[in-house]
Amino acid sequence: MDLPADLLTPVLRDPTAIRSLRDADWDLLVRQGRESGLLGRVHHRLAEAGLLDSVPEAPRRHLEAEWSLAEKQWRDVRWEVECLRRNLAVTGVPIFLLKGAAYVLTGLPSGRGRLFGDVDLMVPRTALPEVEKELTLAGWRFDPDLDPYDDHYYRTWTHQIPPLTHFLRHTCVDVHHTIVPETARVDVNAKKLRDAARAVDGSEDLYVLAPADMVLHSAVHLFNEGQFERGLRDLTDLDLLMSRFAAEDAEFWSRLVARASELDLQRPLFYCLRYCRLILGTEVPEQARRDIARAVPVGGGHRWLMDLLFTRALRPHHHSCRTAASGAALWLLYVRSHYLRMPLRLLLPHLWRKAFRGIKKGDATADVEGYTT
Amino acid sequence: MNLGDLAPQDLTRRLRGPGVMLRTGPFVSRIWTDMPIMERGLSLLYADYPVEDDRGFADFHVSVMRPRSLRRWFQPQAQLLYDHQALFEPLPLDQALPMFEWGMNWAVGTMANQFLILHAATLERNGRVVIMPAPPGSGKSTLCAGLACRGWRLMSDEMALITLDDGLVVPLARPVSLKNKSIEVMTRFAPDAVFSEPAEETHKGTVALMRAPRDSVARKRDPARPAWIVFPNYLPGAETSLAPRSKAATFMEMGENAFNYSVHGRRGFDVLAGILDSCACYDFRYSDLDHAVQVFSSLASEA
Repeated sequence: MDLPADLLTPVLRDPTAIRSLRDADWDLLVRQGRESGLLGRVHHRLAEAGLLDSVPEAPRRHLEAEWSLAEKQWRDVRWEVECLRRNLAVTGVPIFLLKGAAYVLTGLPSGRGRLFGDVDLMVPRTALPEVEKELTLAGWRFDPDLDPYDDHYYRTWTHQIPPLTHFLRHTCVDVHHTIVPETARVDVNAKKLRDAARAVDGSEDLYVLAPADMVLHSAVHLFNEGQFERGLRDLTDLDLLMSRFAAEDAEFWSRLVARASELDLQRPLFYCLRYCRLILGTEVPEQARRDIARAVPVGGGHRWLMDLLFTRALRPHHHSCRTAASGAALWLLYVRSHYLRMPLRLLLPHLWRKAFRGIKKGDATADVEGYTT
Repeated sequence: MNLGDLAPQDLTRRLRGPGVMLRTGPFVSRIWTDMPIMERGLSLLYADYPVEDDRGFADFHVSVMRPRSLRRWFQPQAQLLYDHQALFEPLPLDQALPMFEWGMNWAVGTMANQFLILHAATLERNGRVVIMPAPPGSGKSTLCAGLACRGWRLMSDEMALITLDDGLVVPLARPVSLKNKSIEVMTRFAPDAVFSEPAEETHKGTVALMRAPRDSVARKRDPARPAWIVFPNYLPGAETSLAPRSKAATFMEMGENAFNYSVHGRRGFDVLAGILDSCACYDFRYSDLDHAVQVFSSLASEA
């Protein structure tokens, strides 16, 4: 089937691909990059490869503009984490930073050129009431429109409490107690993650997950949660994480595969290695690929189907890359994510409620008044 | 080639096909519309703006379309799309043009982070720029339109684009958005000026757009250095008064009302501080537009 032009992925894979782009291609690439939240990352890749000067001036200004925004958010995340650390200091509860915030605080390349929606952190489940209380006292609020059903849903069936927003800074924080939903078919032992975590330099109360766990968390999030608006961005996070960790530790790949089996996350790791390699050209040693394939028996037909779905879902989030087939793929992966998340006896009543509420609330385009001056 | 040089059929073809590549100051916007009211509005307000090759690069991608709902038959609407995605709720058809202008502002304000962008009108005379920050209702746009019709070059009625390298103001020179009574004030003040049909009952009341003077549009690549920061305040019946204003308070207020001050961190602080250092700051109260323009003229003729 003839898919429309994806100009973004080839550039992420190999920055020298920009050499063949004409002005009209840049017009599309900048839009694909922006919609996928990857324009700042493209800037970073091109700067590292010494190629920024080869970008025509007009698109280069967009890359620089988005890079400035990403750098601002990079600073903001550090400040937000500092605020959270101070807010929770009285509790003595250790804070485990997840995803973007962890990348930023440990100086990983996956933290650069990246846009952030929120700060994700994990605390022991037993500490949740205390953490919730201190954050509320410090000005963090739940969405006032959160209805009792949503609240119940978050607390009973997911791996986090409802998102909190700061009343002055309008920043968001997601407080987790583990990395997969309570009801999920895989059961990750959060204590194992905490025990392996590493302290952030110079800090006694801030931690990040161990390298292998960081990759596994990002992989389970991308391949099991059925949300692909930032799919390609998350895939490049994985590519950057694995490449950095492999360069620092010769044993990284074998540790990663062993850890996946310990945490029951072999299948997401299988997809992670497969699609990072297929889509972004990540160099994964053959041994690691063989080991994970042996642990996750995926038949030829199944593999063909998952390739079909994921290679479509992981295209840039832009209308130029959307087809009827990609719409169907996203829908199937969404259904799959729910199947992975909860058993049918919970899922069906949940979807039933969601469906009726969707009709009541209508769609979510912004009101013009917020944007005029 | 300017938009006004395109044959009507050619304009229609482009607006419904590859888009019209309209240059406004440092930006090129690819514009689509299937609405005659928009086509007329663009021809009226943007005739003097260059149209570039549609195979080139566009900074922004804006379309104004009629939503394909049943409602189009009894209560026609216009919808603004940015790169094929709906930005705002659809509005009544006759608000298409103001909505297009809001969309263009939105695009610059959210994406053009290569500039420090302040919420202010900017005009230039003898190579020196006046920056006029002010909240809605302060008479900023009216004063801006008045000055633009009396020898000042219009740079922008809404956003001051400031380069990070040298703190210069870059012209945008788009139409001036006038609200309610200021429409009547301006039609009396400048009988030769060109206005769009007023759009009524918008969330800002009645809105009309005044075409930017031709000279201002032509000097689209000509940045200039800021010399004054003036906070206008329209007060019915007030005596005209120009009073010095604290630089520290001005700095704080400008930072708070900027579109993207925080994006630039330390650099934004330095650029804004540089501007404050080189500008005289004033509070300006007025009720009579003629008199107000005179005060600005004498300001500009001072050494």
